[in-house]
This record gives sequence, structure tokens and C-alpha cells, in this order.
Amino acid sequence: MYRMNGAQLTIRLLERFGIDIIAGIPGGSNLPLYDALSQSTTIRHVLARHEQGAGFIAQGMARSSGRPAVCFATSGPGATNVMTAIADAKLDSIPIICITGQVPKSLIGTDAFQEIDTYGMSIPITKHNFLVRSSGELLSVVPAAFRIAAQGRPGPVLIDIPKDVQLEMAEFDSWPDLPQEKKSRQYAGSDLELAAAMINGAEKPILYLGGGVMHGNASAAAAGLAEKNSLPTTMTLLGLGSIPADHPLALGMLGMHAARYTNMALEECDLLIVAGARFDDRATGKMNEFCPNARVIHIDIDPGEINKLRTADMQLVGDVGDVFREMMPMIEQRRRSGWLERIRQLKREYPFIMPGQDDPCMPYGLIRQIAAIADDETIIATDVGKHQMWVAQAYPFRRSRQLLTSGGLGTMGFGLPAAIGAALAHPQRTIVCFSGDGSILMNIQEFATAAEHRVNLKVFVLDNTSLGLVRQQQNLFFDKHYFASEYTNHVDFVTIARGFGLQAFALGTAEDPVAALTEAMRTEGPCLVHVPIGRDEEVYPMVPPGAANKEMIGGENHAGA
Amino acid sequence: MKIMQARSKTYPPKVIEGANTKVLELTVDNHPGVLSHICGLFSRRAFNMEGILCMPADDGRISRIWIRIEGNGRLDQIVKQLWKLEDVRSVGFHTAEHNDSVKLEDFFRIT
Repeated sequence: MYRMNGAQLTIRLLERFGIDIIAGIPGGSNLPLYDALSQSTTIRHVLARHEQGAGFIAQGMARSSGRPAVCFATSGPGATNVMTAIADAKLDSIPIICITGQVPKSLIGTDAFQEIDTYGMSIPITKHNFLVRSSGELLSVVPAAFRIAAQGRPGPVLIDIPKDVQLEMAEFDSWPDLPQEKKSRQYAGSDLELAAAMINGAEKPILYLGGGVMHGNASAAAAGLAEKNSLPTTMTLLGLGSIPADHPLALGMLGMHAARYTNMALEECDLLIVAGARFDDRATGKMNEFCPNARVIHIDIDPGEINKLRTADMQLVGDVGDVFREMMPMIEQRRRSGWLERIRQLKREYPFIMPGQDDPCMPYGLIRQIAAIADDETIIATDVGKHQMWVAQAYPFRRSRQLLTSGGLGTMGFGLPAAIGAALAHPQRTIVCFSGDGSILMNIQEFATAAEHRVNLKVFVLDNTSLGLVRQQQNLFFDKHYFASEYTNHVDFVTIARGFGLQAFALGTAEDPVAALTEAMRTEGPCLVHVPIGRDEEVYPMVPPGAANKEMIGGENHAGA
Repeated sequence: MKIMQARSKTYPPKVIEGANTKVLELTVDNHPGVLSHICGLFSRRAFNMEGILCMPADDGRISRIWIRIEGNGRLDQIVKQLWKLEDVRSVGFHTAEHNDSVKLEDFFRIT
């Protein structure tokens, strides 16, 4: 017979389920949980400076490791602050478990101090959520949260625990086990044969890989399939790294900021094999003009994604890796010399242009230089904006989980705390965070967390003194009517970083920029590198929002093919 | 007339094209937040809900919900998204002749 209170029970269950780091902030309603956590010998607490930071630290741990990660917040403002990080996890299918304190049950519904309907607020942004009404329920709720977060299509789970439930004694005979993952599938062998026949029979197929390939640890299987049948392969923002950027079949990212040849190849393809991707509008452009000549094989673990935006000619609902592995023997060895020659021709005629790629003080040059210094073990986090798209275009990602970026929700402020989370989960690795002057200010307080834990994190702030992508849209689509997108007060990020206790480098005044970047990358602990960028450095090509992907602006090959 | 009742949570029930479904029948875990989950799904995904009726069933651990819908254009998505909810145990379909919903209309008549 075990006897303990709900808070102790929660912490013991988290310990038993392998959690060793929790990011969070204490407050009145979760103090019993913190008291129990203080007694834990295996869980290290990371005190964030804002609950959104705590949520993104958990995301950074989950995205880089693939395992559920946990964050804590108190009731009321603690809970509202963490919501953005949870919503971000929902849209990118990231398994995090957020445990919030709540006012005591007797006060729920009375507008008590720091009371908010956390359960109601989190319904639309979680995969599932719980309001725990007795300490005994935790024995089933906590294991269920781990099962739901990780199983099938992953996602965030919130557990709201009233303070009196945290303090209520529970008695029980045995500990629940961590639920084993059950894989569901909805396809038959004959479906696989039909899909394989479609692939074998196609003349101009393209493989289109999304974040599901990462979640399913299916990148090796995807590369094997692509190589056997000579399938040119494009990736979504979250799919980058599924096959190496320098793979001969890799077409890079598709969509709004894709290379011209990638979108042109998709125009011509006759079969689209979509795996773990969901036809996001930033990837497809105008839906009814996306891959107009293509039949579609859609592989996804979530049946809700099939036929949601584009009708699938063949659907395979199940784990992407399982589907690829089972289909492999049915796939013919093909060389596709005609189609691959056409792809090479498109690459020659519509190449990806990287202005300033040899200048480490220019966006593409900086990114390429960092990539040259870093190894494949390095984890790259980005914030949201121009720097994010430049990184997606130019950084040579070579493995899944190498890039941590906010895709679906596009949350500025994601980068720094997510990078801290990755650094905590992988203390032996170097973590690079590319950010912008707009994004970094949205969670800049987490520099204090980074300094406190001496994480091995290098933050590059690409400072164009503006909200770059907003300004770019005003440039292209609003008659250069720049409004509310340019900062007139220029923040001294180097001084700010030093004030937080970080080392800081100013690339703009460095005599030897390459040496400065190398020194920053080799610096122990956290550091910031300030990189001044011209306001007019735009991200090209660009498909106007709502337009078809063939309608790209900029990035033309003026040198001629 | 009941067309189909899926008991399994292994995969969502297949929507029968042209079956003129008017009422969805859900079996759900009975707890205070379950209706918020169902109604929230309909509103945030812009699905159309004409009416909803929910009563506890069996020993009260589950509830049965009838949802009247108009138009079958997005039925496949509605069913798949409902099926994904953790609290939903099964999703079934009825056509317009569903006896109980026809009888219930008497109680909602405003004269």
C-alpha cells in the first residue's frame, strides 16, 4: 500500500515515466507540486522567466529527442502565458505535457484570485486535456497523458490540477505502467500493392515528405524508397532533413519560399506521394492549382488529414515508416533517366540564387559559414521570420530533428527557449539559434535561463531593425507602404546579452568576420552574435499568399541558363 | 433508421455517400467537459450543427449524444475529427427518419 498526496503522486509518476527535466514557474496554485518536486532526486527543474518560455523549453526537449517533455505553470496568468507554446505544439504535432495548478475545487467558478478556465481555454489547442477532480484519478490521468501525447499523431496534453487535489492523500496498491504504444493501421496488403503499382507506373513522380517522417523515425525508409525508384523528393519546413539536403534526389523545401525549380517540378509531376504532410497552404499555394497533373497517394497516421484539402487517389492510414518498409519489396528498381534529366534541366534553368553566399555578413553567407563550422550533430533552432526562411532555404540539413522551428503556428519567440530545451536535453551538443531582432525580443527574458544553466547555445540575431517578412509583404503587395514594421529604437543587443551574463560578439565591427564566427561557435556556454542585416534584404523567391506556386516573385536567374 | 453503428476505435466509420445522414449518434465518456469538446470541435472547424441532445446512458459512465446536421458535404471530415476526440467511443449515423429526433421536434415547437 502506497500513501502520498496528489502532488507527490504526480512527481513520482513523472519520475517513473522517465522525465528528468521539467521547465516551469511556480505560483500560488502549484506550490504543492513544487514542494514535491523539490524532494525529487532524479528530476531537475529549470526555472523559466515566462511560462511561454517554459512551454517552448519543453518543446525544444521534445522536438530534439522525440520523447514527451513536461512543463509546469500556475493557475490564471501562468496558464494563459503557456497557451501559445501549447498551441504551437498542437499545430506541429509535438508531444508535450503541461501540468497547471488550479484554484481549489471549492473556489472553481467563483472568479477566485488567479482563477481562469484553463480546461476550457485549452480544449482547442490540445490533443486532449484533463481537469483532475481527485488525487486517485492521477493514477490513470498521468499515464493517459503520456499515451495520448506520444501515440499516433503526437500532440500536447494539458493536466489541470486544483490545489486541494494536489494536497489530497491517495492510497493505492501498485504503480501504473507507462502505456505501450499501439500502432494503428487502416490499409490492407492489397492497398500497398495498388500504391506501389501507381509509383512503379508513374512517369514523373515526386515524393513529398512532412513532419510525420520525423515523428515516425522514417527518414532512412524514405531515402531507401526514393533511391530504389529514383523519386525526386521535396520536403516541407518540418520535413527538412528527412533526406540530406545534398542528396542527389533532394529538391529542398516546397511552397512559398521554395527554390524555383522545386515548384516548377511539382507543376509537372504526375504522381505525388505525400507522407506525413498535410497540404499546408504555405506549402501548396493556391490549392486547386497545386500539382495540377498529379494523382495523389497520401500516407498519414491521422485519417483526418486524408481528403481534408486534397482528394487522395490512394490513402494509406498508418505509420509512415511501416508503410515505406512494407511497400519496399513491391517497389521496382527504376532509374527514371528522362524525369531526372528534366529535373536537372529545371535546376539549371531555374536555379536557387543565394546573393551574398560568400559574404559571412550577409544572410545566406552567414548561414553557410555557420554550417561550414558546425557538424551534423549540431541542432539548429530558428525563430520566425526572414532568418527562418533563409535558414530553411540555405542550411544543409542532413538528418531529422536537426532543425527545430515553429512551422504551423509561426510563433515569433519560439527560437531561444526551444534552443535552451534542446541544449538541456543534449548537453554534449552545440545548439545554434538563428533569430531576428523582432523575434528575439519576444522571449528575450530566457537569456537569463540560458545563462543560469550555462547551456551550450549560440544565438545569432539577424538584425534588420524591422519585422522583416511583414515589411517584405508591404513592399511587394502594399505599395511600399511601410507601416508599423520598422523599428526606430535600435536595441543594443550586445550590451543586453552581456547584461544577462552571456558573452556577446558584434559581427558588424569584427575585423575578420569568419574568425569572429568561429570564435563564437567555439565559445563555451551561451553567447550572442549580433549580425546587422540591411532592411531591403528580402526572401526570394516568394509566392504571394493565396497565389499558385508557379507565380513566384524574385530570385530569377539573371545570369541566364 | 439507423444506418451503421461503429463500436471500434480502431478506425473511423466510413461515411456512406448519398445516404442523407441527418443525425450523428455518439457514445462518449461522461464527464463535465465532454460537451465543450464536441461543440468546440464543430465551432472551430466551421462544421454546421443544427441541434444537439445529450443524456447519460447505462450506469452514467458514458453519455449518448445526438447531433443533427444539415448538408452532407463535409460529413467525412466531421466524422473523422469527432472520432479523433479522446472522449468519443463510437460514431454512428441516422437518416432523417430517425424516430426519436422526429418526436423531439414536438417539444421544441414555438407557437
